[in-house]
Amino acid sequence: MNKEQIEDIIRKYDNHEGRILGILEDIQEIYKYLPKESLEFVSEKLDIPLSKLYSIATFYSFFNLKPVGEHIITVCMGTACHVRGAKDILNNLMELLKIDVNETTEDGKFFLTTEDKHFSLNTARCFGCCSMAPVIRVDDKIYGYVTIKELPKILKTYGWKSK
Amino acid sequence: MRINTLEDLKYIRETGLKKLKPKQKVRISVGMATCGISVGGDAVFEELKEKLKNREDIILTKTGCIGFCHVEPLVNVYIPGKGILIYHHVQPKDVEKIINNLDKAEQLDNVVCQIDKWDHITSDEIIYGEGFTNIPCWNELKFFKPQRKLVMRNSGIINPEDIDEYIAVGGYSALFKALKEMTPDEIIYEVKGSGLRGRGGAGFPTGIKWELAKKEKSDIKYLICNADEGDPGAYMNRNEMESDPHSVIEGMIIGGYAIGAQKGIIYIRAEYPLALYRLQKAIDGARHYGLLGKNILGSGFDFDITISKGAGAFVCGEETALIASIEGDIGRPRPRPPFPAQKGLWGKPTNINNVETWTNIPLIVKKGGDWFRGFGNEKSPGTKVFSLVGKVENVGLAEVELGTPIKTVVYNIGGGASSGKKVKAVQTGGPSGGCIPTKFFDLPIDYENLASVGSIMGSGGMVAMDENTCMVDTAKFFLDFTVDESCGKCVPCREGLKHMLFILENITKGNGKEEDIGTLEELSETVKTTSLCGLGQTAPNPVITTLKYFKDEYIEHINNKRCPALVCTALIEFEIDQKKCTGCSVCAKRCPTKAIEGILGKGETFKIDQNKCIKCGTCLEVCKFDAVIKTSKGVSNG
Ligand SMILES: Cc1cc2nc3c(=O)[nH]c(=O)nc-3n(C[C@H](O)[C@H](O)[C@H](O)COP(=O)(O)O)c2cc1C
Ligand code: SF4
Ligand code: SF4
Ligand code: SF4
Ligand code: FES
Ligand code: FES
Repeated sequence: MNKEQIEDIIRKYDNHEGRILGILEDIQEIYKYLPKESLEFVSEKLDIPLSKLYSIATFYSFFNLKPVGEHIITVCMGTACHVRGAKDILNNLMELLKIDVNETTEDGKFFLTTEDKHFSLNTARCFGCCSMAPVIRVDDKIYGYVTIKELPKILKTYGWKSK
Repeated sequence: MRINTLEDLKYIRETGLKKLKPKQKVRISVGMATCGISVGGDAVFEELKEKLKNREDIILTKTGCIGFCHVEPLVNVYIPGKGILIYHHVQPKDVEKIINNLDKAEQLDNVVCQIDKWDHITSDEIIYGEGFTNIPCWNELKFFKPQRKLVMRNSGIINPEDIDEYIAVGGYSALFKALKEMTPDEIIYEVKGSGLRGRGGAGFPTGIKWELAKKEKSDIKYLICNADEGDPGAYMNRNEMESDPHSVIEGMIIGGYAIGAQKGIIYIRAEYPLALYRLQKAIDGARHYGLLGKNILGSGFDFDITISKGAGAFVCGEETALIASIEGDIGRPRPRPPFPAQKGLWGKPTNINNVETWTNIPLIVKKGGDWFRGFGNEKSPGTKVFSLVGKVENVGLAEVELGTPIKTVVYNIGGGASSGKKVKAVQTGGPSGGCIPTKFFDLPIDYENLASVGSIMGSGGMVAMDENTCMVDTAKFFLDFTVDESCGKCVPCREGLKHMLFILENITKGNGKEEDIGTLEELSETVKTTSLCGLGQTAPNPVITTLKYFKDEYIEHINNKRCPALVCTALIEFEIDQKKCTGCSVCAKRCPTKAIEGILGKGETFKIDQNKCIKCGTCLEVCKFDAVIKTSKGVSNG
């Protein structure tokens, strides 16, 4: 953990509105999850109990408390995507990535990582691209009109190899 | 520079107009809201940038989104003296053809329509040119014809990242009028008179809310823009912020002046990074011109706006939970009263409105409350943007006057179900709303009418469902959502919904019992009447409406263990029609569990081992010969 980096983030939020979530989000932007030491550091700096930071990190689905894979695949499970087959897309991705449905993380969030830590898979409520349903996001890129057929092709551009 | 006088504003307007409607140059703008980008708009933009490097005669910009999602990516080509052509489904390979044929542009086959003139409403109508005689005008297309663009007055035309273009189309002239010519009471009078009702869900009259906030005496007051847009399937707020962010900002500054607030906060969901980026850019631009900050327009009024990000919790769209979240707390609703107008953010008077509510404000101030009442109907004036998605042909954003019948939106704008299917219902209002069957499609859309059939207006999500949508599964889907999103504070919502979900899961698995229907009805009533916040109070609506209008589907699942829409996994099977099968073995190769066996080239030998099949649907999708069929106790898609 780079203390200066986190100090910079904290300094950026001179405004009290939205400060705590903002800081945690910026930290996650760097590490893709919230490292324990970073939470301890923020707790000390801002004089907020560590337990409170943990309860925030568990309440909001955006935060990850565990390290994640190199690429994060997020499947939209919103209404428009649901009626256009999001469940099949998710099941297929789990098959392709060999991730088991019954695994969940400790805090009950759906966030699964492949054994080689190359991919993490999770779900979201809606990206606001409902007209392009079904929609998935890989890292920052959103893919619309996804089909089961082209999933392997998308995965391959992120270094996936069929086993 | 700072804008202080009308001359300053006019000067910027001229600068902006030169960019929007250059006199000698062609202007190409690519639809680059998140939606357009997700289907390749960014690649088109990059290709254009590359190809236009040495072209002094063409200006390249971005624009937002006109809501015509079905045919994205869109590219607008403005040719001076002639007008704007809109190209649809543009791919990078089309770029060369477009820029090399500007003189015969209207002959290219992927022109969908033209814009000859456009009413930006806050300015005089702008004539872009009337030189393309053979191309249909945008408002002649079936998709646009029934629409009335008030909220989306600039979307997909101006560059949302350039404040000058917003000013060019009359932006900030309402703010000018408000600060220079009107008192706060006069503004509130107009907003009350307009009959504008909150666009975030409940439809509370905006003017009355402002009046309450104004009456409160306090050293500091806050104003919040609710940009949490939690309803999955609704994305109009995203588009409004990405395509015309200044209209939100302008509305908020006027609101701040009317109520006497000094500080505005936009609470935006984390899933919308581009909207956040454009809002921040808009805030910076407004500060630069002295439209935010100290002594706005030289009037002595101080007001500033900051952005606060959400982190993925649906309940944070509820106003008291939202306030808790901004304060850095877990987003749990707090009992009302006290209402935010009395004790809101940090215990101070706070006024919260939805994104779309704010974008209506400049219109009302500029044109007057009576003008606004000229749209919509008596109880629900104005327009509403609906996100029409799901099983219709023309998915997209449809802005219609309130009071427009549901069928106009679904059939005229939406073009009905895709691929020969029939629409059987629309779901409005998201997890708090209900499913409205076709027999009510004559109903004019307004707050009261939707409530009268058990649904709500909500934020404007409208998901069409056809024969292939299972209504029991739909109810289960929404409950799964609300169970997940319940903050857990009160028992009926936390436990009651869980129990309802459990019953629905059993039904979809074929383990339903006849008495389940009665139990669901009772539980719905209890949760509705005893929950603390809107989430719990409305969460049973999807169950109540599907039970009421589609009981036969529940009975099919319970009595016959059959899912007529072929959706519920436990009740369906995949089979191969050996008469159609060519034995190509593509399905066998793609089946993740190796459930399919057969001899290559011998269609009559291909079979699915039901014990191995996990019903993933891959074989159905990859078979080119329609040889894979889905069945459920005698019903099939074959
Ligand atoms: C569970 C729940 C979620 C809500 N989500 C939103 C939302 O995403 N956006 C929104 O504007 N209002 C939402 N609301 C309504 C807000 O509480 C509030 O009424 C609204 O922001 C007021 O603005 P308006 O009067 O302009 O509609 C939600 C309400 C509930 C109960
Ligand atoms: S109704 Fe549900 S979401 Fe609302 S406060 Fe109660 S438990 Fe929380
Ligand atoms: S893909 Fe279709 S045609 Fe080919 S083997 Fe499978 S069922 Fe037969
Ligand atoms: S549905 Fe999936 S698991 Fe079943 S046979 Fe088809 S491809 Fe294999
Ligand atoms: S429902 Fe999937 S993007 Fe909105
Ligand atoms: S394509 Fe932009 S909102 Fe649909």
